Amino acid sequence: MLEVKNLHASINDKEILRGINLEIKAGEVHAIMGPNGSGKSTLSAVIAGKEEYEVTEGSVILNGEDLANFAPEERAHKGIFLSFQYPVEIPGVTVTNFIKTAINETRKGQGLEELPAKDMLKLIREKSDLLEIDRKFLSRSLNEGFSGGEKKRNEIFQMAMLEPKLAILDETDSGLDIDALKIVANGVNKLKSKDNAVLVITHYQRLLDYIVPDFVHVLYNGKIVKSGGKELALELEEKGYDWLK
Amino acid sequence: MNKFTEDDLKKELETKEYEYGFYTDIEADKFPVGLNEEVVIAISKKKNEPEWMTKWRLEAFKVWKEMEEPDWANVNYEKPKFQDISYYSAPVQKPKLDSLDQVDPELLKTFEKLGISIDEQKRLSNVAVDIVVDSVSVATTFKKTLNEKGIIFMPISEAIQEHPELVKKYLGTIVPTTDNFYAALNSAVFSDGSFCYIPKGVTCPMELSTYFRINEGGTGQFERTLVVADKGSYVSYLEGCTAPARDENQLHAAVVELIALDDAEIKYSTVQNWFPGDAEGKGGVYNFVTKRGLVEKNAKISWTQVETGSAVTWKYPSCILKGDNAVGEFYSIAVTNNFQQADTGTKMIHLGNNTKSTIISKGVSAGKSQNSYRGLVQVGSRAKNARNFSQCDSLLMGDQCGAHTFPYIECKNKTAQIEHEATTSKIGEDQLFYCNQRGIDTEKAIALIVNGFSKEVLNKLPMEFAVEAQKLLEISLEGSVG
Repeated sequence: MLEVKNLHASINDKEILRGINLEIKAGEVHAIMGPNGSGKSTLSAVIAGKEEYEVTEGSVILNGEDLANFAPEERAHKGIFLSFQYPVEIPGVTVTNFIKTAINETRKGQGLEELPAKDMLKLIREKSDLLEIDRKFLSRSLNEGFSGGEKKRNEIFQMAMLEPKLAILDETDSGLDIDALKIVANGVNKLKSKDNAVLVITHYQRLLDYIVPDFVHVLYNGKIVKSGGKELALELEEKGYDWLK
Repeated sequence: MNKFTEDDLKKELETKEYEYGFYTDIEADKFPVGLNEEVVIAISKKKNEPEWMTKWRLEAFKVWKEMEEPDWANVNYEKPKFQDISYYSAPVQKPKLDSLDQVDPELLKTFEKLGISIDEQKRLSNVAVDIVVDSVSVATTFKKTLNEKGIIFMPISEAIQEHPELVKKYLGTIVPTTDNFYAALNSAVFSDGSFCYIPKGVTCPMELSTYFRINEGGTGQFERTLVVADKGSYVSYLEGCTAPARDENQLHAAVVELIALDDAEIKYSTVQNWFPGDAEGKGGVYNFVTKRGLVEKNAKISWTQVETGSAVTWKYPSCILKGDNAVGEFYSIAVTNNFQQADTGTKMIHLGNNTKSTIISKGVSAGKSQNSYRGLVQVGSRAKNARNFSQCDSLLMGDQCGAHTFPYIECKNKTAQIEHEATTSKIGEDQLFYCNQRGIDTEKAIALIVNGFSKEVLNKLPMEFAVEAQKLLEISLEGSVG
């Protein structure tokens, strides 16, 4: 599904990613771990197409298609979803209105008709029930005054609505207490299928107790220095990152 | 990679063309340029006005000659050359219009381009439209329904003929001819506008609507609107404008007077989309408007405005809260782009006891524009328990525009409660990227963010207008993504 080949990316002429290789197949869960400043968030932003980053070498390929010439919204239309570490506030725009716009713009991008209001409502109900989201939550302004847990849960709600092919969860566990973490992880697990893939980016092993990865990669200084199964995460938890340097 | 940075956004906003920039070729009956007593008399004569009206105009002209153009607003522009303007222009038409078939087809085409299909409005909507094109009203609809209720809604030129006692009683009582430079000029040369009277206890069954449009090059347009809501009555009045693109500056100096007698309510909504000038700041309408309402006992006046057009705007819809328990409201969205300048706000004058006012002002600035809120809250010494709440929010796009807030508070009674809140925020790359990542392109994202920012005001608009207003906000700020 996703192939990252020898990816180099820099911001303000400073190279952050120095040749990343990664292959994710449908139905798989991958985790990327690594110390602060290793390039984890940069990798997710570059895959999503954030404009500040310049790809100097290599490529990101989704289902055989090189994404280099596609804008962030076009990548989203093709099925890439990024759950943000710090979701932004948009005052006056409700959770419902935002997701409605996102769904219909995505459908437009895919050459589909807008989703009829009735079906939209049904979908919203279905997904909010699945994630145990209070209806009142849906009429609040997007992320305005949300707690850390609410912000992350809203990200997962959007993911559930948009049904992406590849979901990237960027530090979804940061700022969450253990209960909120469980709810979010449960949500992700419910959405997992053999047709989609998840890339979990995290600092700590604890999220991986709930979203169990098939593969774990260690990112250090802009490169993947070690890959392994889920046991690698436990090893990292125990030994830290120093032994990999 | 298709990168979209804040610089691109700025560029995009600056290159946005005015979407209603077309021009209809209609023969016009037009005065030569210049202004003197003869021109004032000629305008009055052209309108078959009674002598008292001619006198009123001449007095206004005399006052105007002695006045100086105000320069206290936070705007810079080349002062209009008043002797280079033609003060009267009427579309050439058949003398009497019994049906739409008699309207100049060119004119109807213009309406269609604007999305104001009269046929459609007549048939589908509950809106009576009194269309003012270049100073003369050419079509009035729904007259019958209104007649049955005793509601008068007609061009002010006709009202002067048919209801002189009403016009004489109220005209100039709220905005006197001596009020300010542009009000005086308007009083001297106004060619047309609308008059509306709602009798005692009557609730107007439909939204009254007027579309204004400047059409003749170099013609200043000076409308005069007078709305009188008699005791216990209610009316919702809509005013919307678009104007064709042109190079020279066009002067627009309207006067609107509202009178809400005891227990009456007037809701006055405006969507203003005069030509704002091009990306270099060339051309565009000067919009110097005086709008004021008198609010008697237990009465209420609510101003709602969506201002997206004009090169220079100078406008402060105000309320004189004269009676006890009078309520005044001002809800405003002002969007400026490119080189547009807006200095707009309100005055709430509390004179009666327990008077209440609410001000919600939302300013959106983009390009190199300057957007100012200027508001006065005044509480008289005898106004007990007056209350005011003001909220002024500014949204900036890019780093070359400006947002300014000038709140004035003059309180002479210690029982008053006055609150003022203000915020300034900026549409950031992070917000745009977040939307992009959810599949929403930058144009749509801006529209979404601006609509969210303006929601409190958009919600105050009548349904018919809310959709149009949202569209206007998008048109004013969107660009064509390259």
